[in-house]
Amino acid sequence: MSPNSALDVGGTKWRKLMSSVFVGFCALSVVIALVPLALVLFFVLSQGVRSLSVDFFLHMPKPVGEPGGGMANAIVGTLLVTGLGSLMAIPIGIVSGVYMSEYAGTRFSAVVRFAADTLNGVPSIAIGVFAYGVAVLPFKQFSALAGGFALGIMMIPIIARTTEELLLLVPGTMREGALALGATRARAVFTVVVPSALPGIVTGVVLALARIAGETAPLLFTSFSNRFFTTSLMQPIATLTVQVFTYAISPYADWHRQAWAGALVLVSIVLLCSLAARLVTRRIERMYGR
Amino acid sequence: MASTGTKGRSTDVGFRLGTGAFALVLILIVAAIGFELVRQSLPSIQKFGFNFWRTQTWDPVAGDFGALPFIWGTLYSSVLALIIATPIALGIAIFISELCPGWMQGPLVFLTELLAAIPSIVYGLWGIFVLVPAVRQFEVGAPAWLRQIPLFSGPPLGVGMLSAALILAIMVVPFTSSVAREVLKSVPRVQREGAYALGATRFEAIRAALFFCRTGIIGAVMLGFGRALGETMAVTMVIGNSPKISASLFAPQYTMAAVIANEFTEAADELYLSALVEIALVLFVITLIVNSLSRLLIWTMARPTKRLPSAAVVAAAESAA
Repeated sequence: MSPNSALDVGGTKWRKLMSSVFVGFCALSVVIALVPLALVLFFVLSQGVRSLSVDFFLHMPKPVGEPGGGMANAIVGTLLVTGLGSLMAIPIGIVSGVYMSEYAGTRFSAVVRFAADTLNGVPSIAIGVFAYGVAVLPFKQFSALAGGFALGIMMIPIIARTTEELLLLVPGTMREGALALGATRARAVFTVVVPSALPGIVTGVVLALARIAGETAPLLFTSFSNRFFTTSLMQPIATLTVQVFTYAISPYADWHRQAWAGALVLVSIVLLCSLAARLVTRRIERMYGR
Repeated sequence: MASTGTKGRSTDVGFRLGTGAFALVLILIVAAIGFELVRQSLPSIQKFGFNFWRTQTWDPVAGDFGALPFIWGTLYSSVLALIIATPIALGIAIFISELCPGWMQGPLVFLTELLAAIPSIVYGLWGIFVLVPAVRQFEVGAPAWLRQIPLFSGPPLGVGMLSAALILAIMVVPFTSSVAREVLKSVPRVQREGAYALGATRFEAIRAALFFCRTGIIGAVMLGFGRALGETMAVTMVIGNSPKISASLFAPQYTMAAVIANEFTEAADELYLSALVEIALVLFVITLIVNSLSRLLIWTMARPTKRLPSAAVVAAAESAA
């Protein structure tokens, strides 16, 4: 092998060809991934719009065979259950996020971070089984509260990690300024550091909500489902996702239409939340010049 | 002065303990999940022992439970999904971080993340009414000689392993690609510039970068694997839910997550319920191991990159002096 072999014309051509093939493959894989995204969005939109009406939001499910009806009870149920989950997850998530960023170097915060990542990776169905054992069995009752508990557990790590990351973005000089003025650590964190990261933290919460609103598996045997309207916390309650599941695997064409409408509502929620979150994140990043 | 100083310090300790207590909740939850799953699966563990994972009969009426078909289905579908998703996910990561023009980066990141944001149940619905019919068409049209091979044998139902693997692959791609993107970002710029300076083509430079961060890339792939193992709704809706071990892509099969989702509310007696909880326990443990390993790989990747530029700076400073 002469040291000049790399300059060999045929070799260079071949290497350039390899390179182009590789670049082509990478571009192609983007297209391959975007095709299913486009297909899913297309079908949800086209099938969903056809079945979506004002009735869907305002009416109760009709018995099989009667056309029409809606998912009013399931929409209220989803709001209630995700609300309960947030009530539980927002304080725990934000404060533990504060801990992780304030004491970032400590061993305990490394363990907490590991626990958060672990919890984030636990299959949602396993969280459902856990919530069943803790929040359904003792009361011998499926309930909205149990559903909220399961969703809350899933939200905590998401909120904690986004809070941590965003607090770390806040320039150290701001905290040092507060401390130099004689503030205690708690005061510096809660009156200076957290407020300046607040839009980001809200974004994290919104993203967590978007993810949780679309969860089905942890609700199957916690909040279960209900054909009737209820706002009771200790009753089984219908949710959009479980309702879509029930309707999707049913043999009735009319229920299938309802399922598509439900899917459209779910996807719209997710899309709006992600879009809003992205806009805010971009502004924050520009603010801190990342 | 001194008194306010001490007071300030003691509230600092209080702040640390107070916020630390909330952080402790996270650790306690993980521990509680493990504890509760073990506690509830004890009847099943005591009755069947290791046979639970070796036998194939799943007969709730007779009270005879063997979970091998579910393990098989979970592993088979996840591995297939990984085989499909990994090259695509890496291709996307490379395209976004190394190849595409700057203005495209943001929108492409957003679109791939959207793929992860769509709820599992929506993928399932789409799977039932769009993907499964398409797969059935493909299976009906498959030539006879192909159907002779065990991998493609069985009636063309549409629902089955192939549909499940495809839908899982779609759902795993965004996770693997976003981590792979972060990992690629951690490769120092100098490394690529060096490769180009030596006359490397794009492919060669990127190959060198990939080799540099290979542990992180493996971590990204494993993270996708962890997601695939635990995925429930979409798979439940398209895999056919039949607890029979088969190598065929066309055969309806079952996964661990799917059997829990389908049968948990029907499980009337204690042993049945306990058997399902034991499946959840094993799923929990497996994903815990896979995820921890992948985090470990991604973290070890992040370390040398932090040192490398500073080492280079030190060397430059030394040579200047």
